[in-house]
Amino acid sequence: MIQMMNKIWGVFIIVGILFSLFSGNVEVINNEIINYPSEILEIFLSMLPLMVIWSGIMNIAKDAKLLDKIANFMMPLFRIIFPDIPKGHESLGYIASNLTINMLGIHNASTPFGLKAMKSLNELNKDKKVATRSMITFLVLNTSGVTIIATDIIAIRSMYGAVSPTMILSTTITATIITTIFGLVMDRILYKFWRKR
Amino acid sequence: MILIKIGNFLIPLVVLLIIIYAIRKKVPIYDSFVSGAKEGLELAISVLPYLVAMLFATNILLKSDILNHIFLAMKPFFDFIKVPVEILPMAVIRPISGNASFAVMIELIKTFGVDSFIGRLAATLQGSTDTTIYVLSLYFGSIGIKKIGHAMWAGLLTDLVAVIVSIILVSVVFG
Repeated sequence: MIQMMNKIWGVFIIVGILFSLFSGNVEVINNEIINYPSEILEIFLSMLPLMVIWSGIMNIAKDAKLLDKIANFMMPLFRIIFPDIPKGHESLGYIASNLTINMLGIHNASTPFGLKAMKSLNELNKDKKVATRSMITFLVLNTSGVTIIATDIIAIRSMYGAVSPTMILSTTITATIITTIFGLVMDRILYKFWRKR
Repeated sequence: MILIKIGNFLIPLVVLLIIIYAIRKKVPIYDSFVSGAKEGLELAISVLPYLVAMLFATNILLKSDILNHIFLAMKPFFDFIKVPVEILPMAVIRPISGNASFAVMIELIKTFGVDSFIGRLAATLQGSTDTTIYVLSLYFGSIGIKKIGHAMWAGLLTDLVAVIVSIILVSVVFG
């Protein structure tokens, strides 16, 4: 991963700067490097309170054993999707919460649970530098996006005067279901393929 | 309209349910909230370097305008396979940064109209998948995983399928 990220990160910056040098809009990049950090801080500050608040709320849910309940409810599905996680393991609660919040379309709020789920999954990990099968499956679920109500998209559509802002849900929900199923199938196939190598 | 309404109710309702349930289970809710919030703050701060790194690099690539140039050069090919070339920069950015692709979606909606084919396609694409590279680097980075197996391939293939599925769905549903 680190290897991959090193490459991607370097390529982005080198290609971006070189291209702007050739095409003559290097001023834009100059401004970006000087001014963008404050924009990053804004993005961080805008997601910070949400993360803190939802971590607090979800800690209450955890203390009230509500997360265990949600996990129990999703258990039959989880047994199929995550065959390697032992029954009743703490990570299942976090995974369930992360996915539930993702479905509601509050992505920044789901991150704390995602990170906790990873930490918890890592306790089951024998080699702490190598991703386990469950981790990969969980992240495939996460990256394929399980958003049912895309609140932010609907908001933008209504802001720009769409005839029916929510009409888009018919395609987003169908698309997300198809890609999620595809992602899980791909995960299974690639897992078998990878193990053979 | 009804779904926006549901969306508005959902979050307050979730909060309300959790609090009431916790009170019935005799959880010290205030203490529990504070200790969870503290954890959340630590988590957010530990994530900041990854966020900065990713946004910084993505933005340099985006602002250099190279993606638009590349896709315009390849327009005949994409016209041939009936892929609207205007959506492609967004399709490339979608796996990298959710914020960046959200910004591109807004640009496309502004340029082509919210109920245009491109406008609807952009919204569908944004809603159909999540940011693969960002999620993977953040989540694996947070626990120090260095070998990620097939995660990147599974994620990116899914993103590719998301683009194809979105184009087909928007064509079929909205004609």
